[in-house]
Amino acid sequence: MKEKNRIKEILQELFSSQKLGVLATQGEGNPYGNLVAIAATDDLNRILFATLRSTRKFHNILVNKRVAMVIDNRSNRALDFRKAVAVTATGVAEEVSSSERDALQKVYLAKHPSLKEFVTAPTCALMQIDVERYYVVYRFQNVMEWDVKS
Amino acid sequence: MNFILPIEEITEDDRFRVGGKGFALAVMARKGLQVPPALAVTTEAYREYVQSTKLGEKILIELHRKAFEDMRWEEIWDTALRIRNLFLQTPIPEEIRNPIALLLQSFFSGHPVAVRSSAPGEDAAQTSFAGLHESYIQVRGAESILEHIRLVWASLWSDRALLYRQELGLDVEKSTMAVVVQKMILGERSGVVFGRSPMDASQAVIEAVHGLNQGLVDGTIEPDRWTLDRKTGEILTHHAPKRERAMVFSSGRVRLEPLPPERQAEAPLKSNEIGDVYRLAMSAEEIFKSPQDVEWTYRGDALFALQSRPITTGASAGPEDPRRWYLSLTRSFENLKGLRTKIERELVPSMVEEAVRLSQRECSLLSDSQLADEIEYRLEVYQHWEDLYKEYFIPFAHGMRLFGKVYNDVVQPADPFAFLDLLTGREMESVKRNRMLEDLAAWIRRDPGLRETLQKGKMEEWDPAFRESLERFFRQYGALSWEGSRIDPEADAFARFLLALASREPKQRPPVEKDRSIREAEFLSHFEGEERRFATELLDLGRASYRWRDDDNIFMGKIKGQMVLALDEGKRRLQARGMAAEDIEASELIKALKDPCATLPRIPEAKKRSAPETLKIRGRQIVGQPAGPGIAVGKARVVHGRSDLFSFQPGEILVCDAIDPNMTFAVPLAAGIVERRGGMLIHGAIIAREYGLPCVTGVPEATNFIKTGDLVTVDGFLGIVTIGSPTFPGEDSPA
Repeated sequence: MKEKNRIKEILQELFSSQKLGVLATQGEGNPYGNLVAIAATDDLNRILFATLRSTRKFHNILVNKRVAMVIDNRSNRALDFRKAVAVTATGVAEEVSSSERDALQKVYLAKHPSLKEFVTAPTCALMQIDVERYYVVYRFQNVMEWDVKS
Repeated sequence: MNFILPIEEITEDDRFRVGGKGFALAVMARKGLQVPPALAVTTEAYREYVQSTKLGEKILIELHRKAFEDMRWEEIWDTALRIRNLFLQTPIPEEIRNPIALLLQSFFSGHPVAVRSSAPGEDAAQTSFAGLHESYIQVRGAESILEHIRLVWASLWSDRALLYRQELGLDVEKSTMAVVVQKMILGERSGVVFGRSPMDASQAVIEAVHGLNQGLVDGTIEPDRWTLDRKTGEILTHHAPKRERAMVFSSGRVRLEPLPPERQAEAPLKSNEIGDVYRLAMSAEEIFKSPQDVEWTYRGDALFALQSRPITTGASAGPEDPRRWYLSLTRSFENLKGLRTKIERELVPSMVEEAVRLSQRECSLLSDSQLADEIEYRLEVYQHWEDLYKEYFIPFAHGMRLFGKVYNDVVQPADPFAFLDLLTGREMESVKRNRMLEDLAAWIRRDPGLRETLQKGKMEEWDPAFRESLERFFRQYGALSWEGSRIDPEADAFARFLLALASREPKQRPPVEKDRSIREAEFLSHFEGEERRFATELLDLGRASYRWRDDDNIFMGKIKGQMVLALDEGKRRLQARGMAAEDIEASELIKALKDPCATLPRIPEAKKRSAPETLKIRGRQIVGQPAGPGIAVGKARVVHGRSDLFSFQPGEILVCDAIDPNMTFAVPLAAGIVERRGGMLIHGAIIAREYGLPCVTGVPEATNFIKTGDLVTVDGFLGIVTIGSPTFPGEDSPA
């Protein structure tokens, strides 16, 4: 099962190298996508991002918590067909609870120290995606699924 | 950019762009050694070609469908063929070809040439792996030369080069290839000289054959061999083989021809010529400042140096390196013809005799110790045939590859494996066997009473005529053996399998026949006269190679079946003594049979390992190699053992580690095939083509990721297997 062992490594490597991910939300039937700064918890169970509460994405999540996020390491060269990894995470997004806020904020800022002012602003929400499943795409067409919850 | 240079104009600065061979020839010419007039097509031409046509990106995709470490030699060969086809499908843009064509025309004006690879980079590294790239001789006219330049470029990605990709530092973004176009010198006597013997540093070695060098290089012709004192050139030994044949160029191609008796008696070199060849090696050594391996040829009394490269000691591939064996599988047409004769006239008939002979000794009548001897004997016999299988049958499978290459060169089809359709259709043993099974199934369909008795498992009530047919089937195919077990004609499981076979109408064979004759005519139309005869012979050879690729296993299965019979009898006797002999090693079995007081330890139950799964990771889409076009959706039947084959239901997808022709009796029930072992020319792919089934081979860990009952989509066009339905959990599946 070497392929299975490879998957978690691929994910860890991706989360440590990538700063941004594309968040997909849906309001009332309208899909929407945004580039956001991300950080994952060590166990990869949660992906963190921050948003102002006035944004459309925040509003969308209030209406429908189910989201998807794409994180990838493409370089926009032909070599991507060999090397690029793209991961789709699906799960439920919500603002982190106040009891966990400090700990998770630390995780987030360790990755994005320059966003301190932004994240700590009273108008900004630190969000988490509670990941249910990862879809890992590598070597162009190989797809693996990881059920995080089971 | 300079795409082409006459070798006299090559300077030290051009070393990289003309490659090792081109540069060495230029230096030798400058120092006054006789070399054929030549041009070098530079690495810039290759670079510009792959960049401007975007071929580089296509190569990247082909090379990285799968991790190299997951690929078998067959898959690497297939990959190389696909890449080669990409080159054949990609014309050289005008701005590159025009300046090259112009100089080719004025320089050679219609004289035939040799088109040789000249890889740049460290000379030593390249020469350690000499023969990885292609060279062509006797090419005539700018148009044809350009086509062959393209083939030499393609050989940067040959199967051999891909095997040594790490040592060569093969990299799509960096690797490149120069080409030497040399005026053809049709040598009458040719050979190589090693300025320093790889065996003994105090000696030099000359190898020489009558005719062209080709026969020497691929081992078809045994050369005369002289060892000389490296310092003085004095001849120390001369080994003269039986000189019977020579590679000559006649009627448009290189062929192996009998050597006239007067030349058979003559060594290819006279003693003064041996001195000249020796001095050639020494001059080259002086020029290049290291011992050289020089390829030479005599035309009349004129000695030409064709190429020179440093001798490297201790190439990184040791004798235990399996790649040497893979490389040895690539055979010439003449060599393959020899293999075929050996297989068809000698090996197969004696294999059949062997199986019959073995079957005549009834194991149940032997005493325990006689049985032990018999088991030992049958194991030896089986091993003997295994060795012959490796030596003759496996290399003969290269016949279809050779045909494929020639077919692709002349027809230039979009699908690099279209040639397979020309090879199929000759009735294979496994197909004949399956037809017999279908006949039995049809009988069950016709006769509801028979079906009922089968369903009840009451063998004693079977129609005697049906039983007779069943027995005939087993006589014909002996004990169908697979993984050490035989299909037992009386087993319930087999009856269930026949019932499953009878439960559906057999699929009509795809109408390949008509298509094939059109393709055959198209292929042959590219050849004329003497060439046509060669093409016909090659097609025949390819077909034989294709057929034997499958049939040889059926014949091996007969011998294996006899071995298994004896083993089973031995186990049965030990079990009768109350021993746990099910999984016993053969050597233990023999020992126990010889010793009436022997006791056996119980086999521990937990022999099969099952790694604990911590993460719930599923394969959703796995990429293999497209091995049979078409798409199929169905439930998976993962075949680990023969009971899985007997449980096979119509419309299921056969998923297995490696198909053996002795397993393919279940294929008529399958809707598609997925196999872990990869390749276009393996049994799974061949039988899938025979039955027109979608097939993907080379799917890493197929039997780990796919479970029996999983919904599986087999995309035989792209070589992709998708597991599960496209819906999210909780959603309804699409109807």
